[in-house]
Amino acid sequence: MRSGGRKPVNKPQRSGASRDAGRRRGPGSYLERHLQVLVPSLGQLNRAPLSALITATVIGIALALPAGLYVLVDHARQLGGHWQETTRISLFLKQNIETRQGEALADTLAAREGIDSAEYISPQQALAEFREFSGFGDVLDSLESNPLPGLVVVQPDFSYQPDAIQTLLEQLQTLQEVDIAELDMKWVKRLHSIIDIIQRGILTIAVLLALAVLLIVGNTIRLDIENRREEIVITKLIGATDGFIRRPFLYTGFWYGLAGAVIALVLVNISMALLQQPVSRLAGLYGSDFQLGFTTLEMVMLLLLAGVVLGLLGALLAVSRHLRAIEPG
Amino acid sequence: MILFDKVSKRYPGGQEALSTVSFHLKPGEMAFLTGHSGAGKSSLLKLITLIERASGGQILIDGQNLARLGRRGIPHLRRSIGTVFQDYRLLHDCTVFDNVALPLIITGLQRRDVVRRVHAALDMVDLLNKEKRYPVTLSGGEQQRIGIARAVVNKPPLLLADEPTGNLDPELSREIMALFELFNQVGVTVLIASHDLELISHLPYRVLTLEKGRLVHGGEVADS
Repeated sequence: MRSGGRKPVNKPQRSGASRDAGRRRGPGSYLERHLQVLVPSLGQLNRAPLSALITATVIGIALALPAGLYVLVDHARQLGGHWQETTRISLFLKQNIETRQGEALADTLAAREGIDSAEYISPQQALAEFREFSGFGDVLDSLESNPLPGLVVVQPDFSYQPDAIQTLLEQLQTLQEVDIAELDMKWVKRLHSIIDIIQRGILTIAVLLALAVLLIVGNTIRLDIENRREEIVITKLIGATDGFIRRPFLYTGFWYGLAGAVIALVLVNISMALLQQPVSRLAGLYGSDFQLGFTTLEMVMLLLLAGVVLGLLGALLAVSRHLRAIEPG
Repeated sequence: MILFDKVSKRYPGGQEALSTVSFHLKPGEMAFLTGHSGAGKSSLLKLITLIERASGGQILIDGQNLARLGRRGIPHLRRSIGTVFQDYRLLHDCTVFDNVALPLIITGLQRRDVVRRVHAALDMVDLLNKEKRYPVTLSGGEQQRIGIARAVVNKPPLLLADEPTGNLDPELSREIMALFELFNQVGVTVLIASHDLELISHLPYRVLTLEKGRLVHGGEVADS
C-alpha cells in the first residue's frame, strides 16, 4: 500500500465460488446474463463496421436470391389460379335435343353444387357467332342445314382445384343430353407442373445458399475467435466456463444472420419495385390487371427466422470446432 | 490448502519437469517458490490451476483431489484461486474497471454487487481514481496492481503469483509484495513464485526451493 494505511480487507470466503454459482440461478438473472452479452456483442461488430457490413451484405445477397425467386413464383402461382377462374366446360348436346330441353338443362346445372353458372347457346346462335368470327360465311351459306349442335357453357365454382374440375367434367359427361364434354385446362396443369419444377429448383438453390451462409458466418466467427485468442485464454485462466466464452460468439452469429435477413428483405423489395412496371405492362398486353406485390408479412417473418437460425448455427459450428482448441498453456 | 504428495510432471518427449515433489501449505500460510528458470516453478503453478495435469502423485487443493476433477470442474477450481501473472494478462480493449470486474461477471454477479466489489478491490491497490483508464496508458506497476485487484476481487481463499515482480524495479516490487502480505494477514493463503532472492531474503516467510524439478528446500511442514 503506497498510502501506508491499512485498508480493511474482506475475509476470504472458502465457498465463494459455489455461493456465487447458487446466486446466479435466481429468477430473471439468466435472461439478464444473456442481455449483458447480447448488446456488447453488437458493439463487437461496431469495432470493424465495414467488414461486418460486408459480411452481412454477402449473407443478405445469399438469402435474397432464393427469397426473391420464391416471391416471384408465388405470384406466378396466383396468376395461374387467376386464369383458372376463366376455365369453362363446354357441353356439346346431342343433335336431337331441342332448344327448350337445352335451356332446362342449363337451369338445372346452374343450380348444381360446384357450378357457378351455366348458359345455353342454341345451334342458331352458335352458327351466327361462327359466321361472324370465322370468315367462312359464304361456305356456311352453301350448307343445307346447320351442322352445329346446341351447347351449354358451364362455369365451375371459382374455388375448385384442377382435380375437382376434372371430376365435375366426368360427371357432366355422363348426362344423357350430353354428347361431348370438353375442358381445355391442359395449360393450367402444365403451368402448375412448371411451377412445381421451378419451386423444387428454388428449394435446391435455397439449400445450397443456406449452406453458403453457414460457411460465411462460420468462417467469420472463426477469424473472430483467432483474433481474440489472448482474450479467450485470459478468461479461461480466471475461471470462465465454455458456455460463458461461447455466448458472445453465438450472439455475433445471431446479429450477422439478422442483419443479413434485413438486407435480403430490402434487396428483394427493391427488385420487386424495379420489376413492377414492366410486369404490369406485360400483363396489360394479355388483358390482365396482374400486379407484382411486395413480400408478405409471413415471408418477412420466415426470412428473419431463417437468417437468425443460420447465423446461430454457423456460429455454433465455428465455436464448437475452434473454441475447445484454445487452452492456456 | 495446497497438498502435494510425490507429484511428478513429465512432458511428452520424456522431459521431466517435476519429480516426486511433496509439500503442504496450510490455510493462511504465505510462502515463496524459488529456483532457476527451468527448475519447474511455472510447471508447479500450472498443476495447481490445472493448466497442466500431473503425471504422477496426488494434489489436493482445499481438500479437493485434482485428479478427480473433470474438465467441467476446472472453471470452478480456478474461480477459487486468484492468479497473478508476470505479464499481467490484462484485456487491453477493456477499461481498468472492466478488467477487474471480469471474474465477477464470469460468476454472474448482480451489477450493483459487481460495482461495489470492484471499487473495494481497486481501493485496496490504490487505483480507484483510474478505473476508467485503459491498461496500456498505465505504468507496469499499475498494470500489475490491476492484475492483483482482479485476482482478489472474487475473495478467493488462495492466491498464486507467477513472478509477479519479474518486470518491475525493486521499489515497485516491494510495494507489490506488501500487497500480498496484506492479503495474507486477512487469511488468504499465498504462494509466490519468484527468482528474486534478494527481495525474498528480507521477508520472514517459508521458501520452497526447486532444483531441476526436485524440491531441495522447504518441503518439510513448517512447525509454526
